[in-house]
Amino acid sequence: MSEAHRFGSGPVQAAGPWSRYLFTGAVVVLCLWVLVPIYLLLVNTLSSPEAVATYPKRALPEFDTQSLAFFMNYAGVGQALWNSIKVATVTMILSIGAGAPAGYALSRFDFRGKDTFRVLVLMTRAFPLPLLALPLAVLYIRIGLDDSILGLALVHTTLALPFAVLITFSLFSGIPIELEEAAWTLGCNRFQAFIKVILPLVLPGIAASAIFAFVISWNEVFAAAVLTIEHRTLPAFLLQGLAESPLHLKFAGGAVLVLPALLFIFLVRKYLFSMWGIANR
Amino acid sequence: MAIIQIKGVAKQYGKVHALHSIDMTIADQEFMVLLGASGCGKTTLLRIVAGLETATTGEVWIGEKRVDKLAPKDRGIAMVFQNYAVFPHLTVYENIAFGLRMAKMEQKEVDRRVERTATLMHIEGLLKRYSGQLSGGQRQRVAVARALATEPQVLLMDEPLSNLDALLRMEMRAELKTVLAESNTTTIYVTHDQVEAMSMADRIAIMNGGKIVQASSAVEVYRNPAAHFVGSFIGNPPMNFLTADNSGDGFWQVAGVRVKGPDTSQKSIQFAIRPEDIVVHGKSGDGSTASEGAFTAGVRILEPLGSHLLASCKVDDQLFRVVLNSDAEVQPGDTLQWSPQADRVRWFDPETELALSTV
Amino acid sequence: MYPRSLPYLLLLPSTLFLCVFFLYPFGLVAWQAFVTDTGQFTSEFFVEMKSHWKFNTAFTNTILLALAVVPFQVCLALYMATLVNGMKRGRDLILYIWTIPLGISDLAAGIIWLAIFEQTGFLNSMMQGMGFIDQPVSLLSYQNTGMIFLAILLAEVWRATAIVLVILVAGMGLIPKEYYEAAEVFGAGRWKRFTKITLPMLKPSLQTAMILRVIMAFEVFAVVVALGGTNLPVLMGEIYTWQFDLQDANVAAAYALVILLISISCTLLIMWGLRTPKEARV
Repeated sequence: MSEAHRFGSGPVQAAGPWSRYLFTGAVVVLCLWVLVPIYLLLVNTLSSPEAVATYPKRALPEFDTQSLAFFMNYAGVGQALWNSIKVATVTMILSIGAGAPAGYALSRFDFRGKDTFRVLVLMTRAFPLPLLALPLAVLYIRIGLDDSILGLALVHTTLALPFAVLITFSLFSGIPIELEEAAWTLGCNRFQAFIKVILPLVLPGIAASAIFAFVISWNEVFAAAVLTIEHRTLPAFLLQGLAESPLHLKFAGGAVLVLPALLFIFLVRKYLFSMWGIANR
Repeated sequence: MAIIQIKGVAKQYGKVHALHSIDMTIADQEFMVLLGASGCGKTTLLRIVAGLETATTGEVWIGEKRVDKLAPKDRGIAMVFQNYAVFPHLTVYENIAFGLRMAKMEQKEVDRRVERTATLMHIEGLLKRYSGQLSGGQRQRVAVARALATEPQVLLMDEPLSNLDALLRMEMRAELKTVLAESNTTTIYVTHDQVEAMSMADRIAIMNGGKIVQASSAVEVYRNPAAHFVGSFIGNPPMNFLTADNSGDGFWQVAGVRVKGPDTSQKSIQFAIRPEDIVVHGKSGDGSTASEGAFTAGVRILEPLGSHLLASCKVDDQLFRVVLNSDAEVQPGDTLQWSPQADRVRWFDPETELALSTV
Repeated sequence: MYPRSLPYLLLLPSTLFLCVFFLYPFGLVAWQAFVTDTGQFTSEFFVEMKSHWKFNTAFTNTILLALAVVPFQVCLALYMATLVNGMKRGRDLILYIWTIPLGISDLAAGIIWLAIFEQTGFLNSMMQGMGFIDQPVSLLSYQNTGMIFLAILLAEVWRATAIVLVILVAGMGLIPKEYYEAAEVFGAGRWKRFTKITLPMLKPSLQTAMILRVIMAFEVFAVVVALGGTNLPVLMGEIYTWQFDLQDANVAAAYALVILLISISCTLLIMWGLRTPKEARV
């Protein structure tokens, strides 16, 4: 889908140079608005603990890794990082595992109850999902899932599942059903056609939605803080120590949270728009 | 290499009847075209034969086997889709070989068949390419090659040429006809293009409103439409219809002229004639003596179409088209004197909309 | 040609999941808010919540934040989306930059803006550098809730405008450009085209974006903790306090119901306000 020249860029443009400057200026300012705060965090992260506490601040980093090293060796950080990765991975597997079949069913079949299911999925949007952690905290103690990786991953899956369903739905809808039908007429059963024709075509998109699920879990803070005590994820760990920990620890922690997210968004950027285009419907 | 029998096949979507109990037999190696406007049920019927859709009731037989409960892969069919459905993640070679690999054929045989069908479709130079690197016409060829490579008993084609531009379509039409004549498959071909249908078909089944109205050779459906719909659908321009009132003894009053017609007791029926089956005697008032019992037609619009001149006229306040020589000297407002070629006049019952025999 | 049960089988895992981990817990939270541990039906938890001195401030702060953040974000995102759509080169790069905050958690956003607003932070350094102040000012202290509010507002706008932008850009992508060309031929200028074509046709996307954002605004938590500690109470933070520090899950549940209630009423309000009749959709 080529979205360039969508509008406002009609064939004849009577706009003078001033409106051109204004346009470029606005774009640059908005880019700075997004990038400068991240840059400043990185300046802090790449400065020594002393420099982080000095005043006034310099606008250039020292490229000193002491703060980072201090953070990574700080008691519990390694474990929290590892917990975050585990929870996010389980979330990713669960949400794609449950979401992709639903996305396929929605895109390929007409059946009674389809609309009910769609409403159920869309309803999750109108509810503040992190609140789920409260009743589940009680429930988990009863069934022994309290303070566990799986217990938290299940809540995070509730957050990620609706997205997984909608993204995979749009992915499968983007593949003409005739490709599948052609495979059937050429000797495939439904499952073979899926494996040989559909899967290779949707795999990159599935990977993108998996990454998306990973990021949702990686970033979630409230449920993680409510549901874990010993097995804190990184955000929960940082939140807990927010009041007491020194500044350089906070900033290094913030940077460690941000960097993987930047990479992930870069990887899935192609799918962000097509997926929301469909999800609006 | 099989007879296809369709017995009482009907399809209902909720309360909508897409197909009303269809019965049809397609002979071994016959080329049958399903022709109709969009929404007439032709594609549904094809997909039921393919097994992509399930009939609400009825049976489908291919050869000696009842297939309507079988999956598409077990029916011995191959299909060419309107949008070609060439797998984008496979090369042309692997696309053509797809069905053969599913049948677990030996590599040597796969090579042989892919090569043969690719040569047949003139795409032997493209075997290493992906579908994204092909033009529409080339994709079309790959789709046909892929279907033929499996050497199916039955070949099903769903508007295979409708996505091509006009010139390419004409070329492919002729080519497909040759290729299919050599491969001994029984073919069902769906199209909404009557020229395509008439030029390719052994038999044309004209569908309307989920029913087959007539299934005959091209000449037959053109000359002897079985129903009002066929006459008005086939032919460009289509047949002319005029109201005929009974004046007794098998005579009918058509636009003020007494004509011999079918001997029925109905009050009024329809008189029909194709625009090119009209003999024009001349214009009123230009001195030429009108022959006794000639019709008149007031010319409204003239469309010079190169090979001929199409005149849209009014006869007795009903639209009436006449095909004239392209150099005929006619102006809008003229009144033409004409008579029908007697053996080409057809009659229809306005209630059943079916043809009435004149004997 | 498939067994009738196939779609249901495919839907089963996610349906089960949503029932167990979405519908059931919301039932449970309501139960917790109204029923004591001994099974007694009561409104005492709401009374306790309401009579707590922080409730009113937390409630007001949450609503005010949402009211300040969301409309601003929607306008900003609309502006950004039109800028992007008027772009000939570099569109993908700009879009990538503008959507970066999408991957950044609220906690991280709070920390990022803390680097700017804390006493030895960049804002103070800059103001000193320009000669506005002589020594660092404590911007985020408890006497200065207005500043905390502003910092939270900026952090929220910074972080969560990206999601609105993505939804709106995707929505604009669905509007056929022929409509704009037709409007241009009939003499509509840029602004007219925006108000007469873009806005009305973007309604479904605006609806999605606003519902999503309002819900997220009511859930605001980590940004507030990072920037204000407990100096600016919000509903979600109170839940955390009741659940953890005060160990009273019932009052926490009562709070949760309050958030749920305002979330649902806002959703309904937005759905009604931005409704498009079925026949008028693209």
